[in-house]
Amino acid sequence: MSAVIEEHHDHHDHKPSGIGRWLFSTNHKDIGTMYLWFSFIMFFVGGAMALVIRAELFQPGLQLVEPEFFNQMTTLHGLIMVFGVIMPGFVGLANWMVPMMIGAPDMALPRMNNWSFWLLPGAFGMLIASLIMSLMGMGSAPNFGWTFYAPLSTTYGPASTDYFIFSVHLMGISSIMGAINIIATIMNMRAPGMSYMKMPIFVWTWFITAYLLIAVMPVLAGVVTMMLMDRNFGTSFFNAAGGGDPVLFQHVFWFFGHPEVYIMILPAFGVVSQIVPTFARKKIFGYSSMVYATASIAFLSFIVWAHHMFTTGMPVAGELFFMYATMLIAIPTGVKVFNWVSTMWRGSMTFETPMLFAIGFIFLFTIGGFTGLMMCIAPADFQYHDTYFIVAHFHYVLATGAAFSIMAAVYFWIPKWTGNMYDEKLGKLHFWLTAIGGNILFFPMHFVGLAGMPRRIPDYSLQFAEFNAMATVGAFIFGFSQLIFLYNVIKTIRGGEKATDQVWEGADGLEWTLPSPAPFHSFTTPPTVK
Amino acid sequence: MRAAKHVAGLLGLMFTSEQALAAYQMNLPPGVTSFSQGAYDIHTMVMWICVVIGAIVFGAMIYSIIYHRKSKGAVSAEFHDNTAIEIIWTVIPFLILIAMAIPATKVLLAMEDTSNSDMSIKVTGYQWKWHYDYLGEDISFFSNISTPDAANLSTNASVKKDDTYLLDVDNRLVIPEDTKVRLLFTSNDVIHAWWVQAFGVKKDAIPGFINESWVNVPDPGVYRGKCAELCGKNHGFMPIVVEVKTKEDYAAWVSGQKTAAAEAAASAEKTWTRADLMSHGEKVYATACGACHQANGEGLPNVFPGLKGSAIATGDIAKHIDVVVNGVSGTAMAAYGPQMNDADLAAVITYERNAWGNDTGDVVQPSDIKAAR
Repeated sequence: MSAVIEEHHDHHDHKPSGIGRWLFSTNHKDIGTMYLWFSFIMFFVGGAMALVIRAELFQPGLQLVEPEFFNQMTTLHGLIMVFGVIMPGFVGLANWMVPMMIGAPDMALPRMNNWSFWLLPGAFGMLIASLIMSLMGMGSAPNFGWTFYAPLSTTYGPASTDYFIFSVHLMGISSIMGAINIIATIMNMRAPGMSYMKMPIFVWTWFITAYLLIAVMPVLAGVVTMMLMDRNFGTSFFNAAGGGDPVLFQHVFWFFGHPEVYIMILPAFGVVSQIVPTFARKKIFGYSSMVYATASIAFLSFIVWAHHMFTTGMPVAGELFFMYATMLIAIPTGVKVFNWVSTMWRGSMTFETPMLFAIGFIFLFTIGGFTGLMMCIAPADFQYHDTYFIVAHFHYVLATGAAFSIMAAVYFWIPKWTGNMYDEKLGKLHFWLTAIGGNILFFPMHFVGLAGMPRRIPDYSLQFAEFNAMATVGAFIFGFSQLIFLYNVIKTIRGGEKATDQVWEGADGLEWTLPSPAPFHSFTTPPTVK
Repeated sequence: MRAAKHVAGLLGLMFTSEQALAAYQMNLPPGVTSFSQGAYDIHTMVMWICVVIGAIVFGAMIYSIIYHRKSKGAVSAEFHDNTAIEIIWTVIPFLILIAMAIPATKVLLAMEDTSNSDMSIKVTGYQWKWHYDYLGEDISFFSNISTPDAANLSTNASVKKDDTYLLDVDNRLVIPEDTKVRLLFTSNDVIHAWWVQAFGVKKDAIPGFINESWVNVPDPGVYRGKCAELCGKNHGFMPIVVEVKTKEDYAAWVSGQKTAAAEAAASAEKTWTRADLMSHGEKVYATACGACHQANGEGLPNVFPGLKGSAIATGDIAKHIDVVVNGVSGTAMAAYGPQMNDADLAAVITYERNAWGNDTGDVVQPSDIKAAR
């Protein structure tokens, strides 16, 4: 029976060949692959910048780069990791997995899918071009931090800021189209019988994330457009001298920025919620509470933005509101962690690489969650704000959180994508080096932050030397161990032990009913879900 | 050597009131004001709550990882839902949060109460220095990093790296002990943030806004801080030093400042020799101009223009004075007229017109500046 289906597929598997296959692709798998490779390449670009930063901070004093260039590195590292690695990484996973998980043949809007991917290389090409020009001695790349606060980025921004603005516009268009596509796919293309409350959690988290994207990317586009007007057309949205308000910038930016952090973590929750039950051989604990928790986090993300701005001099009532609202986020987030632990509890666990990364995620993301809870307390946040304590916090949730989940997802699904098993030994080596290196890198940042080291400084006073040296050592371990990941992925694509359709003993879901590697068009006849 | 340094540091700590700069400092220091101690107490409480919750959650996870593994013959259970337990672990965290929110609110309300202050100081952020203005006292001055060479890759190595590396300034903010000092924050250019950890005060200095906070330091001493908001190239090089004096010493300091101000005013009236202008101008240049235009006058290509051989520094004197006094709008060149007195401006312009081979031979007197204002 399956052989017949495969032949049938082959007949229709009309793959264009050569570069055209990729340039004009409307296939969710090819586009997903391109997203994932784009994310992977950007991971190394942004990672190289991080290593420049850490190398400069290895010892007190300036040894390698000018402060001006250091600021360009921190800015581009942040922008690339947020917009070029984590977001495209998750969109790539959604492209590959959402149609397969809901029993659809492809995404609902395949041509838009193509366009939303191909905007990205242009956007990042432009951003990186400004760095290349800076290296060639022609002006400065964006140097105002990834949060680009006005007026540092408007009146005082380098000429390349306009390139940056255009680049952000393109990224925004790309994200909005991607989000529309995901929503349209999930709403219209679910297999018969798959009600919303039967969707896999990964699909649910992406469904909610897509709404967040549609809600806030236009706000980001709005804020950069106001910057563009201020810089080039004589308006004064953010210029106090013209009657504008620099704090307005921060309000608008963080109204985008806070939901943005959940855009980067909700799909990670989804990935972990797929992996933990698979390797615990037990159904996810509290499916419906997981869905409701995700929705609550998404709702709360819209009313907490000013907790990034406690030091801007808000009225005390504002500080109290944003403090209380932020504290509430701990509740649904806690529910998720409790549910994962309960899923593991009395399971029958094995610890293949995806499970290792998922467990690593739960541990390290939770540490990042604790520091998040600490910094929502406004009077204490005055001491944490803009220090390395913050840097430690958001790297725990993004690097050892979101990025860990993407790595987990790649190991989890790559046998389905390629038809080959990855090298388990190398996978485990990659996990342990990444986890150990990551903690040597990020944990000491808590200490220097509490001891008083501000973030975004190229040089520091002597009392921070020991922990900074330690963090730099960790950074190089963390960074170079990603080459093992790259090697392992390439090795898996080129060959390896054949994967079964089921791949994992405890795997459950429609994607595992397809052959490995998955056929070019996923489900040409919709499966029925009981 | 290293140990000797640590011992020296420890002795320094014992015999002076300098803030401790201990290596391997891991936790938030409690600081010296009610403000910072409030922050420290709430920090400590929330941190321990997190540690306890973490121990429970991670403990359960680790137990499960050890005992519920397939290789030990564990067979997975069937349960996957329990409404009662879901309600419990929603309600308990909520109660814990309320227990945190109450003390946090108390501390915050106390911090935001700037009423009944004894004196006020306006703090203005500049790229990349602080300006302090004692309201009603006629005392105001800039506070620059005392090692401007630290901010450049080529000159950094020549700077001595001791315990106050990047933490020392030319003019300290001086306040009296045991006095409620209201601080007003604003900025002349981009957003800065004034942060002295020992006081628990971190407030953004925002152009067009005036933020307020307060300190009341019970004991004399020297307290150090830094700019905490990215403000451009030299963000890492704009330290804060606050010297808290006894009330008597503070009064003496105030009268000393007033005498010095009178002397400076007198110096603006006299005619200076070229040599005096050059030597004074070099000092002014190093603190005010060198950060962008560089000590060698060459600037940073495409970022900050050079002055060596530039059309302005070797051309029309009136134009040169105009640029320095009024700034160039839309660029990073600030107006130095309001920042410096006539003597400083005359000296620095004379210096710029004669240093690095500019050799125009021009001499600008304070009276020229006064006339041009």
